[in-house]
Amino acid sequence: MSDQFNWLYTDIVKDHFMNPRNILKDEEDFAADGNGITGNIKCGDQMQFLIQVDKQKNIIKDCRWRTYGCASAIASTSVLSEMIKGMKLDEAYRLTPKDIIKNLGSLPEHKIHCSVLGDKALRAAIDDYYRRNDMTDKIRRESAHVICQCMNVTDHEIEEAVLDGARTYLELQERTKLGTVCGQCEEEATELLNKYIDEHFGGNLKLL
Amino acid sequence: MSERFIYLDHNATTPLHPEVKKSIGEMLEIYGNPSSLHSAGRTAHQKIEQARETIANFIGAASDEVIFVGSGSEANNTVLNSLSCSSQVCRLERKQRDAIITTQIEHPCIMETSKCLRERGFPIHYLPVDSTGKVNLVKLKELLNDKTALVSVMYANNEIGTIQDIKSIVEIVHDGGAFFHTDAVQAVGKIPVNVKDLDIDFMTLSAHKIYGPKGIGALYVKRGTPFCPMIRGGHQERGRRAGTENTIGIVSFAKAIEMRQQEMYDEAKRLRHFRKILIDGIKNNIPDVQFNGHPTDVLPGTLNVSFAGAEGESILLYLDLEGIGVSTGSACASGSLDPSHVILATGIGAELAHGSIRISMGRENTLNDIRYTISALQRVIQRVRDMSTNYQRKTT
Repeated sequence: MSDQFNWLYTDIVKDHFMNPRNILKDEEDFAADGNGITGNIKCGDQMQFLIQVDKQKNIIKDCRWRTYGCASAIASTSVLSEMIKGMKLDEAYRLTPKDIIKNLGSLPEHKIHCSVLGDKALRAAIDDYYRRNDMTDKIRRESAHVICQCMNVTDHEIEEAVLDGARTYLELQERTKLGTVCGQCEEEATELLNKYIDEHFGGNLKLL
Repeated sequence: MSERFIYLDHNATTPLHPEVKKSIGEMLEIYGNPSSLHSAGRTAHQKIEQARETIANFIGAASDEVIFVGSGSEANNTVLNSLSCSSQVCRLERKQRDAIITTQIEHPCIMETSKCLRERGFPIHYLPVDSTGKVNLVKLKELLNDKTALVSVMYANNEIGTIQDIKSIVEIVHDGGAFFHTDAVQAVGKIPVNVKDLDIDFMTLSAHKIYGPKGIGALYVKRGTPFCPMIRGGHQERGRRAGTENTIGIVSFAKAIEMRQQEMYDEAKRLRHFRKILIDGIKNNIPDVQFNGHPTDVLPGTLNVSFAGAEGESILLYLDLEGIGVSTGSACASGSLDPSHVILATGIGAELAHGSIRISMGRENTLNDIRYTISALQRVIQRVRDMSTNYQRKTT
């Protein structure tokens, strides 16, 4: 009946929202090799990811998740949970929201923020696995700090963009897509932009 | 899945009343410019003035106190912005007063406009509300002084349905020498509202919340109250709102009001009954819920409820798949990171605000709709909580 109406998202999103895959059920005894949680109830979303790892091959054998989140968070994490089964840990670690959204068809722009929870929780679960197995050297440099939560842009990427020629907030946005969704990171990003410009080009700019 | 879509979002907007549809059909033939002197123009003019009288009568006003505008938002903007007019005439009428007091639970069009005025240097105060959404009258008395030009308090809240004690508020405001405006788009046509009894100075009305068309609203301005038009350049609406009149909208608005006059009282009784059934049905079948808003001073068809551990947008969209349309105070539905400012103002935590659902019933809803909604809610809340990271499951 509701099918006659325009549904908010693509058919794939709808399918995953209606039938989320790999949800952690209360009654099941899922022995996780890695368990990660991210998000914040105050902001209206939280995500937990659990993985089982084939330790010989460093491959994700199976996974489960659960969320306090919206339809996009549910659908994108459901898609992600299918993508990573059989995937190498390294590869899963590098997945970005862009990879998930590609598999989802598309999401409305203002919902992209919600879809990044899944890959963040997955990375937290992999970090947990690395920690449990004495592989902490594999954990992404702690200094890489996510500035734009929506588009998952780190301070390292801002620095790269500056080295690449970005001098204004707009140019930074063009290169990294940072701050293009909720816009809350503008202040912090602008500070970093100026800091890196000063660090790398400060002397020259002052001469001009 | 229900046979037909069960629409429970009447505070967002309403479907047209069948009589309004009929009236729109008839009005399509009325093409004259109401300002024209020939008979085509005079016919349109006459229809508009009849409509004005119908609406004025309904709220206890005189015809010349009702100005037609493009929406409730326009009416609210007009009242607030008229303060910032720097013409000598308006300044004298304001007697050096330039502060506005409004509340923390207003519609965004009041919130945004007042914020903008604040940036332009006008002192703005936002009154807090208690846990039921009632404005703090002690605080109002404290804030009110000889600098206060205007106090604007929403009559009935769109999200939680709480109805304010307008009479007491107006008395306080007038004692302090300020003018009083109320955004009454959720109240007029649902509960009795009389501007003369309450001595209101400005009041905002909208057609589409009461089975009239979108794009037409009205502003009541008491005779003798200083007023500054927002849209200038024409003598329409006695020089108070320029632009060729929306004849079809205005006449259909009046038709909607006429139907409200006939149906409002019985409907309110019916919806109050449904509301009670909903509350009992939810309470008895779903654990860990909280009802938001005032228990008795509340719009007959509005019920706002929070479900612990369940996120509102998911609830809304799962209900949509069950054939039910509601709305939510969750941040995710609005595209921002903040949940409803109204629910937060009542002092409940962010989590329960994100898990809040507004059910707003209307004239076409039946008892079966309500029963079906209760059972669908049970399924949906169970489902959302089953996958939640944030619901304390009861171990059996």
